[in-house]
Amino acid sequence: MLSPALLLLIGFLIIPFAMAIIFSFTTKRLVSPLPTRFVGFDNYVRLFADQTFWQALRNTAVFAGIVVPVQSGLGLLLATLVNRRIPGRNIFRGIYFMPVVIPMVVVCVVWYFVLNYPEGLLNTFVKILTFGKAGPYDWLRDPSLALPTIILISIWQGVGFQMVVYLAGLQSIPEELYEASRIDGASAWQQFIHVTFPCLRNTHVFVLVTTTILAFKLFTQVEVLTQGGPRGGTNTVVRYIYVAGYRELRIGYASAAAVIFVLIVLVVSILQRILLKEEREVL
Amino acid sequence: MKLKHWISRMLLYSILGLFACIFLFPIWLMISVSLKSDEFQIAKEAATPRALLPASPSLVNYQSVLKGEGTDAPWARFFVNTCIIVVSIVGCGIFVNSLAAFALSRLRFRGRGFLVSLIVALMIVPFEGLAVPLFLVINQLGWFDSYQAQIIPFIAHPFSIFLFYQFFNKLPKELDEAARIDGASWFQIYRRIALPLSLPVIATVAILQSLEYWNSFLWPIMVTRGPEYRPLSVAMNAFFGQPPRRWGDIMAFALLTALPLLVMYLAFQRWFIRSVAQSGLKG
Repeated sequence: MLSPALLLLIGFLIIPFAMAIIFSFTTKRLVSPLPTRFVGFDNYVRLFADQTFWQALRNTAVFAGIVVPVQSGLGLLLATLVNRRIPGRNIFRGIYFMPVVIPMVVVCVVWYFVLNYPEGLLNTFVKILTFGKAGPYDWLRDPSLALPTIILISIWQGVGFQMVVYLAGLQSIPEELYEASRIDGASAWQQFIHVTFPCLRNTHVFVLVTTTILAFKLFTQVEVLTQGGPRGGTNTVVRYIYVAGYRELRIGYASAAAVIFVLIVLVVSILQRILLKEEREVL
Repeated sequence: MKLKHWISRMLLYSILGLFACIFLFPIWLMISVSLKSDEFQIAKEAATPRALLPASPSLVNYQSVLKGEGTDAPWARFFVNTCIIVVSIVGCGIFVNSLAAFALSRLRFRGRGFLVSLIVALMIVPFEGLAVPLFLVINQLGWFDSYQAQIIPFIAHPFSIFLFYQFFNKLPKELDEAARIDGASWFQIYRRIALPLSLPVIATVAILQSLEYWNSFLWPIMVTRGPEYRPLSVAMNAFFGQPPRRWGDIMAFALLTALPLLVMYLAFQRWFIRSVAQSGLKG
């Protein structure tokens, strides 16, 4: 009963994973006149000496560093808004979640139209807001704007996910806690700070960790909209692996980058397990 | 008191409405531009509010996209490809993963505990880290540019196994003990009792995987070459990247690409939101 799943997992997950680790210590290339040699940590040494890799790592970290708090915070805000008992809340929930079901490539294409330079809707909007003083901006080709623009699009597409997870968290908070705090004369804000926020501890951990991992996987938006440019300003770790391994066919070198990438994701995930375990022991 | 209540209600609705506009406006823009027949007019109105209003809506762009003008193949070709891939992954996945989970939950054998922890550990491994060696495996198998390259590696899915495993563990053991006494085999118990009862998990897994693989982009650009096996996401990007950009056609293609999931979402909104929220209950 187990064998179909196990065989597939071994063939397409465990073996490739082992291959990535082994190749990362070799000169493996897809097509090469030279035989593959074992070179120890050579690939890793070259990887860490490569400015392009550091730039990709830095971009990914900046992306995660902004997207994770902003998207989680916005998700929580939207969740509290649509958790109110008011007519029409289901319609608003439905609308806020809608971009999550739209394929990322489609989202990018549509936003590209909005971001058009010099004549696009966003530039018009900025012009009206600033009475013609600012803009037009080249959102995707200006080195200081490209990454923030990618961040904005990603949050727009993804925040419904965090909202829905927080909504589930909010609904699991017992109503009595709110009643008790109301009797004690707590204001809505005090309720949020002293009841809602701490009760969501597990949800916070899950949302933060999942969003971090998702952020580190950033690829589609960048590949569609900027191809990593301008001047590598939006290149990411996954795109770096893709270019080295698939376009340049440097399998060994790309594998070293992939191993580093998996390690980063691993550390974040283990952090989640530790944080959640502490919570269970307290309860 | 009544007035204060009314004011705060209005304030809440205006905030909700503002967010709704932010989420809806690009979707509306996509629909509006796709209905404009005149490319010149689209360019002229791109930066004005008139971009959001199709003065004389026409379906010309849809006709040309469905005929395949400007793309490598008619839209339906890519749609069929995506459907074959997603339906195969989800359909096969449900059986393979639930079967494995059932075995892990019910059968007692040596190494069971190890296998459960292995599945949990494999949940962490990000696909992006394996893409390059998996690409070599696919080439070795001679599966480059095929459906199976896009289906078979994704059937066994650790997270789905885990969801089914959790569910089966909560099913009362008395059910299958009774069936055992009546002489049912484990496979019969799985097929007659466990699987029919796990409909909620099946729905969750099906929705989460459909979202994931309808969206997949990195892998299909690596393993497909021409339109024959190419899914919608890659075709969308190719069409978008091809000068000169005909925005009317691009937006029609984009809307058609997003439509199947959007329709499913509007029909089964509660299930979608519930499934995504449930992905947050792990750990």
